[in-house]
Amino acid sequence: MTAERDADIAAEDIPAEHMSAETAQMTETERAAHFAEVAEVVAPDRDISVEFGDTLLEMRDVTMRFGGLVALDGVSFGIRRGEILGLIGPNGAGKTTCFNTMTGVYRPSAGQVLLEGNRLGRRKRYQITRLGIARTFQNIRLFGEMTALENVVVGADARHKTSVPGALLRLPRHHREEREVVERASALLEFVGIADRAAEKARNLPYGYQRRLEIARALATEPKLLCLDEPAAGFNPVEKNELMQLIRRIRDDGYTVLLIEHDMRLVMGVTDRIVVLEFGKKIAEGTPAEIRDDPAVIAAYLGVPDDGVA
Amino acid sequence: MTSTDNTRKNTPGGIRARWNNLSRPQQWLALVPVVVLIYFIPVIDPPLLTTEPYTNFPIAMVHAAELAMVAIGLNVVVGQAGLLDLGYVGFFAVGAYVAALLTSKESMLHKLPYLATLPLAMVVTMLAGVLLGLPTLRLRGDYLAIVTLGFGEIVRLLATLVPALNGQVGFADVGHPPGTNADGSLIFSARDGTPWYWLVVTLIIILLLFVGNLERSRVGRAWVAIREDEDAAQIMGVPTFKFKLWAFAIGAAIGGLSGALVAGQTGFMNNQNFSVAFSVLYLAAVILGGSGNKVGVMVGAFIVSYIPDRFTNLSDRKYLIFGLFLVVLMIFRPQGLLGARQRLLARGRQAYQRLVGRGEQISSDSSVSAEGGGQA
Repeated sequence: MTAERDADIAAEDIPAEHMSAETAQMTETERAAHFAEVAEVVAPDRDISVEFGDTLLEMRDVTMRFGGLVALDGVSFGIRRGEILGLIGPNGAGKTTCFNTMTGVYRPSAGQVLLEGNRLGRRKRYQITRLGIARTFQNIRLFGEMTALENVVVGADARHKTSVPGALLRLPRHHREEREVVERASALLEFVGIADRAAEKARNLPYGYQRRLEIARALATEPKLLCLDEPAAGFNPVEKNELMQLIRRIRDDGYTVLLIEHDMRLVMGVTDRIVVLEFGKKIAEGTPAEIRDDPAVIAAYLGVPDDGVA
Repeated sequence: MTSTDNTRKNTPGGIRARWNNLSRPQQWLALVPVVVLIYFIPVIDPPLLTTEPYTNFPIAMVHAAELAMVAIGLNVVVGQAGLLDLGYVGFFAVGAYVAALLTSKESMLHKLPYLATLPLAMVVTMLAGVLLGLPTLRLRGDYLAIVTLGFGEIVRLLATLVPALNGQVGFADVGHPPGTNADGSLIFSARDGTPWYWLVVTLIIILLLFVGNLERSRVGRAWVAIREDEDAAQIMGVPTFKFKLWAFAIGAAIGGLSGALVAGQTGFMNNQNFSVAFSVLYLAAVILGGSGNKVGVMVGAFIVSYIPDRFTNLSDRKYLIFGLFLVVLMIFRPQGLLGARQRLLARGRQAYQRLVGRGEQISSDSSVSAEGGGQA
């Protein structure tokens, strides 16, 4: 199950001013070793019943209706373990709805979502997160009054059990879990490159940091599938490049990623496969090269010339 | 506006920064004289602070301490978990009636020693909290507020309508802790506030330790996450309903404990003590001091309780002055005297030290409620 992970962060990936106080003082070799360690802590450490390359999550004929509006119409596709799958489509195509049915925000009107071959069914949202689907939000939704580190710890808490009696009486499990979550959350902040502002309230962080913090918080739940909803929205080209590197690094660390994104260069550059939605229907699925040349996709994005309609 | 803002913030920020730089044992040590001073305030009866001749000073201090305890409980519900509870007096009433029914000579129930009724009051109110919470905590915001408002009224009306609760006649001779002075008079009597004050303050310190334990744990983080964004919390794996129910139960238990203490201290309990106005007063204490800040809500409770006692000579106008004070404060410091602030990690210090080279949070200026007006 330990697939090749060469996610060791190259030192040039994270500018020195974004490193943690401790790391900034290290020598090059120490730093490389430290980042290898960080990647190790961040890597998912849980059993996944499907092999790399097999279908991890399956959308089976999922239909989602809101009153008379059909937002998703019999959509089927699979996400393979270890890949980066892009989900694209024009505005209103149903991409976010698709996300929401996977993460339990909506229950499909018809069809099923299966994780590792098991139906998600009527499970509650927090249970789905524990099962292994985590997401970020298109419009950033951090816990504003918490520090960056605390935000990530909330995510890490998802896999823990301490409740009121344990915390009240400071039972051993509480201590063990506190140690674990802080270690994991610190590593995650370093991994996404925002450790230098770990102690700041989330709502005082710059925009780019907030976007990365959302990713760190979702990763903290140790998801089998990480869903990113337009993570590059509002980014300039340089930031987009950095984000592409980060997404690749996440995959190389052993995660499976589903990416909704509008920016074609980013989608084409980072994904292994792409699914295209239009008006709630899947119109294409394939490698970036196939999608780029698919006439249906070109038509969806650019419109069909008048003489082509006839 | 910004420049005045900054100067205003500098002073508390400086003290806060210095406090944060102290190690944990140093902080404990620094607190010792403060706690000693708090314990001896009713004995010292400081000249300017005194409420006499209008109100007996130790009694005024007991009232303040009792309200502080209520505020700590309500802060768990409102400040931490962000659940607006307008019927908190209902829990207070349940606790008070448990103590009165089981200790007063006028009640028909079997008698228990007063101190035994304190944990019992907590358990009963906790159950009441769970019972109220189970059906209602699916509601959010204003809807929850309305339901809790109704709960407070239901408890008050039950106190009036159920014959066994003696309505306005109430219960005299509610019990008190045992013990007599050398001259044979009771240590815990309605006339002498000091022993009661010490009892309440001691219980407050114990509660603060426990509530602090909860805050710096998975539970406290879940509460604040729910307060900040309930949907996002759910999707990040927080079982929101369970933790909201816990917040309700814990808040209720603390409210019940204060109710039982007040019943014992005044020695008398009837249905007049539980109007909606009290719920609002409790909420005022929390908001005034700083919702989500334990020290803040105690300061708020002190002010809310102390000002009417201190300025009794203004009689009718005291609430006018009090109301104006609240309005002015809310205009200039919407986050309350001390803004929301919490440490949510049991091992945060070392982590922050490693990551940012400093042991503490950087920004503590902001608040939950200031978001709308403050940033504009």
